[in-house]
Amino acid sequence: MNIMDTISGPWHWSFSGVMIVIVMWLLIISGKKFGVSSSFRTICAIGGAGKVVKYFDYNWKSHNWLLLFILGAILGGWISNSIIPNPHPIELSGTTLSALADLGISTDISNSLVPLDLFSFDQLFTLKGFILFIIGGFLIGFGTRWAGGCTSGHAISGLSNLQLPSLVAVIGFFIGGLTMTHFLLPVILNL
Amino acid sequence: MKHISFIAIGILFGITMTKSEAVSWFRIQEMFRFQSFHMYGIIGVAVVLGALLHFVLKSRNSKSIYGEDLDFSPKSKTYMASIFGGTFFGLGWAMTGACPGPLYVLLGNGIWVIGVVILSAIFGAFVYGLMKSKLPH
Repeated sequence: MNIMDTISGPWHWSFSGVMIVIVMWLLIISGKKFGVSSSFRTICAIGGAGKVVKYFDYNWKSHNWLLLFILGAILGGWISNSIIPNPHPIELSGTTLSALADLGISTDISNSLVPLDLFSFDQLFTLKGFILFIIGGFLIGFGTRWAGGCTSGHAISGLSNLQLPSLVAVIGFFIGGLTMTHFLLPVILNL
Repeated sequence: MKHISFIAIGILFGITMTKSEAVSWFRIQEMFRFQSFHMYGIIGVAVVLGALLHFVLKSRNSKSIYGEDLDFSPKSKTYMASIFGGTFFGLGWAMTGACPGPLYVLLGNGIWVIGVVILSAIFGAFVYGLMKSKLPH
């Protein structure tokens, strides 16, 4: 087996899970916690929001490492796409593909992580795009800060540290995610 | 050196998120439709192995590589915030197919419109800060 083929992916779910734990382990032994959504608070604080809102008046310099981590995450995405691109299309469940086709989503997923006809700047200025990207993004920032964490901070770091508030948050993630997927998204995508 | 190490860990995270396809809008749709084990497998392995990691590090009373205590601070027991905030986030997660980590990774993958989603998320965090005292926690 060629090593580059193995790295370029796609990775098996079990190996992916192990790699996430290695990332979490590296952060923990560096004295940090695995959690990405606090970066939104840090960025607000750097922008001077602490002068107007108490929530952002904290020692954000202690979160500088998180911004470096995010810079790395962006670079890692770029490397994955440009230097070691995955030659194989996602092996998505056929049931999901036909459900998405019924919603008018292009089922040509040969070379993209997202439906490209939806994730474009042309769509951004339609009602559908505005709801998906502007409202969707707002809910991510507002919701994760309210809940005190996202998938990394609650679902992975929090659950593996046996935190009950994290279990409650993950239940919330699924209440929201299931409601959106099964009831709201079909309406939004038909706008 | 310390700075470079965090960038390097981030790169590893970005590659892992992309190669696992956890950043894929399609995979998140599949997950919320319970039509594949893929995402549950990733998160399941991470949680079980992560719990073992926490157990080992705590029981050995390990220090960080810089000699500090490790950060195992508990999540605040604000259950109303967990359930309501979590639900808000879940709605956004299923719309954009991305949680905060993958948002940054997708930007690196050249999905430029995600930049707008990130700006909206930062604005959302700002509005949360404004309204914090009025929300149940």
